[in-house]
Amino acid sequence: MATDVTALERPAGAGWSRAGGGLARGFATAYLSLVVLLPLAALVWSARGGGFASFWHAATEPEAMAALKLTLGLAAACAAVNAVAGTAAAWVLVRDNFPGKGLVDAVIDLPFALPTIVAGLTLLALYGPGGPFGIDVAFTRIGILMALLFVTLPFVVRAVQPVLLELDAEMEEAAASLGARPIGVFRRIVFPNLLPAVLSGVALAFARAVGEFGAVVLISGNIPFKTEVSSVYIFGQLQSGNGSGAAAVSVLLLAISLGVLLGIGGFRRWRTRHDRV
Amino acid sequence: MSKYLLRFGVLGYLALILLVPVGFVFYRAFDQGFAHAWQAVTTPEALHALWLTLLIAAIAVPVNTVVGVILALALVRGTFVGRGLINAVVDLPLAISPVIVGLGLVLLYGRGGWLGGLADHGLTILFAVPGMVLATMFVSMPFVVREVVPVLREIGIEQEQAAETLGAAPFQVFRRITFPAIRGAVAYGVVLTTARAIGEFGAVSAVAGNVEGKTQTLPLYVKAQFDGFDTSGAYASSVVLAMIAIAVVVSLRFLQPKEH
Repeated sequence: MATDVTALERPAGAGWSRAGGGLARGFATAYLSLVVLLPLAALVWSARGGGFASFWHAATEPEAMAALKLTLGLAAACAAVNAVAGTAAAWVLVRDNFPGKGLVDAVIDLPFALPTIVAGLTLLALYGPGGPFGIDVAFTRIGILMALLFVTLPFVVRAVQPVLLELDAEMEEAAASLGARPIGVFRRIVFPNLLPAVLSGVALAFARAVGEFGAVVLISGNIPFKTEVSSVYIFGQLQSGNGSGAAAVSVLLLAISLGVLLGIGGFRRWRTRHDRV
Repeated sequence: MSKYLLRFGVLGYLALILLVPVGFVFYRAFDQGFAHAWQAVTTPEALHALWLTLLIAAIAVPVNTVVGVILALALVRGTFVGRGLINAVVDLPLAISPVIVGLGLVLLYGRGGWLGGLADHGLTILFAVPGMVLATMFVSMPFVVREVVPVLREIGIEQEQAAETLGAAPFQVFRRITFPAIRGAVAYGVVLTTARAIGEFGAVSAVAGNVEGKTQTLPLYVKAQFDGFDTSGAYASSVVLAMIAIAVVVSLRFLQPKEH
């Protein structure tokens, strides 16, 4: 459908959104360059300032490397938990029925709306020393993982939900009537249909988890080599005046997380294409 | 049986990760009574932080809304070189750590940065409100574009073309045909932009410096109060932010397209 529209719009003459919008578009592009691209360019420039050797040296400091490994490991774990829990939550919200379902559905969006520092504060109070349940995961990797799970909760749920709503239950009924067991129906029918949506949700959750700062900074305790994630390390370097070192670590982190995003996106497109043929 | 297992598994997970923590903010804020909490959020510092938070949002949100609609129109209706690039740049803020955003701004406007000279001409960006506005604009940029783009795709251009054929001026077409169709999506995007603008911590924290009572937004104030062992102040301010968040979630419900 999208291609038809593009074909139609060329001979259409001057709409405000096209010709008259030229000036507006120039303004918007300039805004994008000034607000988004220029700071990032300055970051890359500063990272490579002393040549590649000094960039690599700063980016692979032992403490920076430890933080990077921890960050990527936790983001991967967070993405994996979200893939399962998010899909299950979407399933329950679409296929199940129970009193209060609408409220639960609405509450899923809260992590998008709640400031991250508030999330970090309350998680530390609840699951930190002296918490009401006697659970203390403050300054541990479990604690950081919980904070990451809080802020990334909506991504997979909100990606999978609309697809599940559209999914025709007839296919599943047909498979079941032909003797497939529930697990078989899920594996053969439901899962392949949901996979692209799960993957796009997982990609967003991963990217968010790699970069998260506000929710993590309180509960992680920021112990170097143990519970210090990259964003906190970068912030610390910036605070202590080592801007170019912070930039080097940032560029490496960005490169890795953009690489993972492109990889997931590529896999997703490849899967979708194969399913359609 | 497995149905109930799944249902209670999911509800238990949501309670553990989401509901109990959010409820606990309210409990901790009011466990010493309402008056105590009220006092904590009406100190001059807290009020200033709230005012600054709203001021920054009041600048960043309208700018990002106007630019977002223009960018969405350009991305969907436009045919120009570099459209793919703009599409990628619009998504960048979602994939970049807020701390890295703040760092980029510090390196750009700081001493020795490309635009570091602005400070010598009396234009202070860093450790001041302009830098905090720029950081907020960066992180809250994608939301309006992302909400409006799919709606623009869906409505197509037949009506716009018909209006043009009947002699409507370009801006008239936008005002009477295009805008009414995307109004809901714009509103949804504005709510998301506002939530992000009010809650941003990492990016704003990196560029704000530590000028207490001057460059503190409400999230920064929460952190400062917590670091200063004034936990009741931190929780009381958190409740203000949490109530804004709940208002956001409620308005998202009302703005949602009907078929959902």
